[in-house]
Amino acid sequence: MALLQISEPGRAPDPHQRRIAIGIDLGTTHSLVATMMHGVAECLPDHEGRVMLPSVVQYLPKGKRAIGHNASHAASADPQNTVTSVKRLMGRTLADLPHAQRWSVALVDLPGMVGIQTLEGVKTPVEVSAELLATLRQRAEESLDDDITGAVITVPAYFDDAQRQATKDAAKLAGLEVLRLINEPTAAAIAYGLDQASEGLFAVYDLGGGTFDISILRLSQGVFEVLATGGDSALGGDDYDHGLSEWVLERVGLRLDTASDKSLMLKTSRAVKERLSVDRSARFIVQLSSGTIDLEVRREAFEAITQHLTQKTLQACERALKDAKLKSKDLNGVVMVGGSTRMPQIQKSAEAWFGQAPLNNLNPDEVVALGAAIQANQLVGNHTEGDLLLLDVTPLSLGIETMGGLVERIVPRNQTVPTAMAQDFTTYQDGQTALMLHVLQGERDLVSDCRSLARFELRGIPPMAAGAAKIRVTFTIDADGLLSVQAQELSTKVQAQIQVKPSYGLSDDQIAKMLQEGFETAEVDMKTRALKEAQVNADRILMATQNALSQDGAILSVQEKTEIERLMLDLKRASCEDSAALIEERIDLLAKGTEAFAAERMNQGILQALRGQHIESLK
Amino acid sequence: MNTPPLFSLNSSTLLQSDDFVLFQLPRRFEIDSLELLERWRALQKMAHPDRFSMQGDAAKRLSLQWSTRINEAYQRLKDPLRRAAYLCHLNGVEINAQTNTAMPASFLMEQMNWREALDEAGSAADFDAIEHWVETQITTTEQAVAKLLDLEPDPNAAGAQVRAWMFLERFEQSVRERRDLKLSL
Repeated sequence: MALLQISEPGRAPDPHQRRIAIGIDLGTTHSLVATMMHGVAECLPDHEGRVMLPSVVQYLPKGKRAIGHNASHAASADPQNTVTSVKRLMGRTLADLPHAQRWSVALVDLPGMVGIQTLEGVKTPVEVSAELLATLRQRAEESLDDDITGAVITVPAYFDDAQRQATKDAAKLAGLEVLRLINEPTAAAIAYGLDQASEGLFAVYDLGGGTFDISILRLSQGVFEVLATGGDSALGGDDYDHGLSEWVLERVGLRLDTASDKSLMLKTSRAVKERLSVDRSARFIVQLSSGTIDLEVRREAFEAITQHLTQKTLQACERALKDAKLKSKDLNGVVMVGGSTRMPQIQKSAEAWFGQAPLNNLNPDEVVALGAAIQANQLVGNHTEGDLLLLDVTPLSLGIETMGGLVERIVPRNQTVPTAMAQDFTTYQDGQTALMLHVLQGERDLVSDCRSLARFELRGIPPMAAGAAKIRVTFTIDADGLLSVQAQELSTKVQAQIQVKPSYGLSDDQIAKMLQEGFETAEVDMKTRALKEAQVNADRILMATQNALSQDGAILSVQEKTEIERLMLDLKRASCEDSAALIEERIDLLAKGTEAFAAERMNQGILQALRGQHIESLK
Repeated sequence: MNTPPLFSLNSSTLLQSDDFVLFQLPRRFEIDSLELLERWRALQKMAHPDRFSMQGDAAKRLSLQWSTRINEAYQRLKDPLRRAAYLCHLNGVEINAQTNTAMPASFLMEQMNWREALDEAGSAADFDAIEHWVETQITTTEQAVAKLLDLEPDPNAAGAQVRAWMFLERFEQSVRERRDLKLSL
């Protein structure tokens, strides 16, 4: 593909030019990448034909690393340097992890987010995830023999702000342009083609390796509207493995002493669990340093020890339905997603609880990546049959700390994003000139029971009597579900705002530095990369502007149009030279020069939408 | 352009206009919820950031602004209590629920009695009875508000009813929480 299409002003570049977009399911145990090929979403395999990449990274001496299957094989031989289930660490501090001792790698307490001690030094979960994402990006680039315009990455619906931000940072670090983070159950719903098949109300039950999500969706007129979502971002197949492992150890009276024992035990538990999905009993055989285990495990026994976990998922289903103000009989279908839904007890429990047989016709491992690919393809503007719009919600309530360690809710859970909500507060001391704002996420009333996202201060409030100041706190959530908070004293207009970079706070500079370091080891020239990115960016913006001009150029005066065309030509010229800085500068100029045009187009579009509706309703 | 719109639509002030103008709905309490839902879908189909992901920064920012504004208005119009409070506000009556807690003494007495009943409730039947009472109260209050906003407009009186309604919703919430707590033990 040519990086830049130079065409005469006023002539659109080839409208049929396809942009390559990928969907990535960054899973706890496996990750996948998919794309649209010939109108069908497909998962891309590696050289050996395998689509699933084990989410495992092994750090080796001299800056080398093994990723995926190779690392997976090494997990029991070199457990201290092999990171598995890193998704469970994303956006988490050491204090958040109830079972820190279960990990075979050494976890260290870093400010804001847990770190992983490896022979190559301390790695953050963001860096480890970036290795997985970069591997998938490379796989896609090689198999498609093209540059990737952008990616949609899926996250559990129940991921909080810190976990979402960490995922986005990892993608940036892996050199991916993130088109959108979308929720896993929503992606699954898209893949199921529920949009074409039928309209109505659906539940998506998604039990993965480390997370559980339940989403209730309404599909109507090409709009996927998420009505409610719930779940547990620390409940998944891994927990069934641990449950089995602990039960077996208790039965045989052995303990796990070494990291390699821990890793072996888990591997065996997982294998036995999978076996039990097919057979009614399986042998648990493993050789530990403290002794040998050989035990017959029956399916009923396994189901009994893990029953409380299954029960937990059903409680979340109940709450989500309640939030959506629905009963299970209102649902037109229940979709099962995630490898863990292969367990017969999950299928049985879901069927009993929802009162209908769940839908299973797509591969539960692939369905999320496929849905992400369909959405990515749509976001880059490739023509698709359906004109689909996703309207997703915030999974958790957001608020701020008030007197007495209580949380005042500002955005309740299950609000459609993007959204903004405000509430007014006041000072509680005479002459108070500053106010500390503590941003929290969660459903509980006490600050100590919620997740702290950020703290910031509003300063410069003029001294007033207690209760006289009026401070408006506005929470804004974008389409990726990421939060920013603004506070303003209304009488003086003193302002403070913060983009909630959750407490672990990787700043843009830090990301840039990590990127640079990453490229040094990978021996890729940073400059070339930056130039290429700037050129792709320029191409995208030129194309968008050109399309806008051909559609709505009529609303511009001749002078305005000539000016925009001049700015476009300047950018095209810059694009042929090898200075990323110059391209960025010209992109900025073009953006500024088209601002008024963009605003007017937007207004016209809204008016059109309203008039269209209005005429409809008069009929 | 041929069909005269309900309200004058002026593109430069549309973003700042009130929720009813934005959704082209008559400014009243009783609204057609299906119509509201359909307008919301139509507006989001046009304005949502997903429609602008390949555009320049200016268009992206505008789309985010619009889409947020549309959702904000939709949430407010969709919920009867919030819609009522908003109509009071548009009519110059502020609810100020935090500071204005003045209620008729009889209303407060009744509330206190029911709060006591809630403290003592233990069985599902107890909770059912309380829930039934609060639901009936909410329905009656909603009807009163509808009348005071649409048929015999009296925004001040409507405001007082909206405050009572907020009380009742909070009480209903505590009933649910208490029931979950007691009956799941």
